[in-house]
Amino acid sequence: MTIDRSGTPLVELKDISIAFGGIKAVDHVSVNLFPGEVVGLLGHNGAGKSTLIKCLSGAYHKDAGEIFINGEKVEINNPRDARAHNIETIYQTLALADNLDAAANLFLGRELTTAVGTVDDVQMEAETRKIMARLNPNFRKFKDPVSALSGGQRQSVAIARAVYFNAKILIMDEPTAALGPQETQMVAELIDELKRQGLGIFLIDHDVHQVKNLCDRAAVMKNGQLVGVVKVEEVSEDDILAMIIAGKKPEHLAA
Amino acid sequence: MSEATSPTANPPATAAKAGPVTRFLQATELDTRLLGMCGALLVIWVGFHLYGYFVNGFAAFLTPRNLWNLSVQTSSIGIMACGMVLVIVTRNIDLSVGSLLGFCATIMGMLQVYILPPLLGLGHPLIWIIAVIAGMATGGLVGSFHGWLIGYRKIPAFIVTLGGLLVWRGSAFLIARGETISPVDSTFALLGGGPYGAIGATGSWIVGILACIGILALIITGRRQRVKFQFPLRPVWAEVFLAALGCGIAIGAVLLVNSYPWPRGIVRQYAAANDIIVPETGLFISHGFAIPVLILLAVGIVMTFITTRTRFGRYVYAMGGNPDAAELAGINTRLMTVKIFAVMGTLAGLSAVVASARLNSATNALGTLDELYVIAAAVIGGTSLAGGIGTIYGAILGALVMQSLQTGMVLIGFDAAIQQIVVGSVLVSAVYLDILYRRSSK
Repeated sequence: MTIDRSGTPLVELKDISIAFGGIKAVDHVSVNLFPGEVVGLLGHNGAGKSTLIKCLSGAYHKDAGEIFINGEKVEINNPRDARAHNIETIYQTLALADNLDAAANLFLGRELTTAVGTVDDVQMEAETRKIMARLNPNFRKFKDPVSALSGGQRQSVAIARAVYFNAKILIMDEPTAALGPQETQMVAELIDELKRQGLGIFLIDHDVHQVKNLCDRAAVMKNGQLVGVVKVEEVSEDDILAMIIAGKKPEHLAA
Repeated sequence: MSEATSPTANPPATAAKAGPVTRFLQATELDTRLLGMCGALLVIWVGFHLYGYFVNGFAAFLTPRNLWNLSVQTSSIGIMACGMVLVIVTRNIDLSVGSLLGFCATIMGMLQVYILPPLLGLGHPLIWIIAVIAGMATGGLVGSFHGWLIGYRKIPAFIVTLGGLLVWRGSAFLIARGETISPVDSTFALLGGGPYGAIGATGSWIVGILACIGILALIITGRRQRVKFQFPLRPVWAEVFLAALGCGIAIGAVLLVNSYPWPRGIVRQYAAANDIIVPETGLFISHGFAIPVLILLAVGIVMTFITTRTRFGRYVYAMGGNPDAAELAGINTRLMTVKIFAVMGTLAGLSAVVASARLNSATNALGTLDELYVIAAAVIGGTSLAGGIGTIYGAILGALVMQSLQTGMVLIGFDAAIQQIVVGSVLVSAVYLDILYRRSSK
């Protein structure tokens, strides 16, 4: 499938900088994302990929730079702003409240309410059952707090939350790090399906092989700076590794 | 959702293999913790009763009179414990509630004794209303201020409220100049209980029957909802059992409070005032539910509703379970903190109403050490200090346990030193048991 990159990008991160104390965690980085595209963000721990993406999800404030969504400049000051722009995030930590059940987590901050304004737990459970039937048909523990779930089940709750609300832009921070092969396959299929629906996805990942398979482009960061953005079909896994480790773009693309 | 503590929500697969007790618990979805607490309460009650019977020669605990008094004494702590659940669930603590109670009581006392009577006239019907509103508003404002310091200024709740403990006690002393302010408005005094501050036999039956209707309505609508969405249902026998249990408790409570008559002196006074001739055999006038107990009940119902049925309540538990997740879900956790402490403060103000009305006076020492009883009530009632877990009904039961211990020891004549030792030890043991319980149910 080819991606049309001639139009307005879905997301454009322009010259983003974030510093913590004196350390420049993200240093003038620009990346864009088109509809139906998966852009992988790679780099060592501390390279700045999570920090960069958190200013899109509203968890951090950028110090400088601009964010455009569908060509319009937006300010994202908190997670609510991000959600208002149809940006959903699956955090590496999953960001689940362990004491609440799947439905309460899925709808956290966006509860369905009854006519009199009380939380509609029955309706939320019904909706949760519906989406889980699609994402993870074996899921049964609708009444248990999510602390009682396995890693894969917890992951599917976090994914369900991101998918349920019709996101246009999805951020996945190492979605398969804690998963077994079968569950990883499930996530891969989901990413493919979402792509076909025209979502744009930022995928933070350490696994170069997986990035090669799942992503259309890879953006590599090192020490807070962008090494380069490459189309995955034009590079080998070794090329990407070289970018991560040495911080050098492959020679055949360097021009 | 808030019943995340419920260990009965095991996957159905294990149900088939389980014994009759486990099956019973799963079918009724009764919290084993709750049952444990009721068991502990029963042991305490029967224990004190028997101790009194065998050692002191008279058993005074399980009498209508003592249990009625116990219900009144539980109210003040119980009301605050409901608020403390929210505070502790969100991983905070409020050490200032006892002092805040004293401060609010002093303000209300000043209003009723020195400020309002000259303006409105002594015994004006608005006095008690203004006093109650002022007391609760004072509590709410102070609580909001604490919440602001904690939520927005990021000062740990322990420090803010430890400071508050000293500040508000001192302020109460300054305002009252160390004097006892009394008597409070006569209508206000009814809010503290006593023969006149109770609703009588007929009123109690009405409350009891309303409670039964409420319980039945809850069970029936709950079942209808689950049928509508084709969720798994409780067996019918379990539903019937729960309905019978709930109604049984409500009616039992009515029978109990109605079997405690007014003392002879009060009856004589009342008869004289209303031109009733007291027969030779005496006149049996029931107390019925005391007003503070009804206030506690109302607070319990409202707070249960808030914690289980509103977004606010949902966010309280989310913040306790994972503060970062709550923040990332777009919840304004700082504002939530302000609101939670405002609720706590308002309830401390309401508790001040009950406590000062009961004493018929306001002293700046009112509520001293209450913070410890309130925290103990919440924690004994299953509120986890690690956050995220706790129920309102548990906290009220916890308050009843604490007060039962206290009352029981007074009845059998333990002196204050031993009382302190026992209460302290029980608190630590209860928390230890709770930790063991949670570990085994994981």
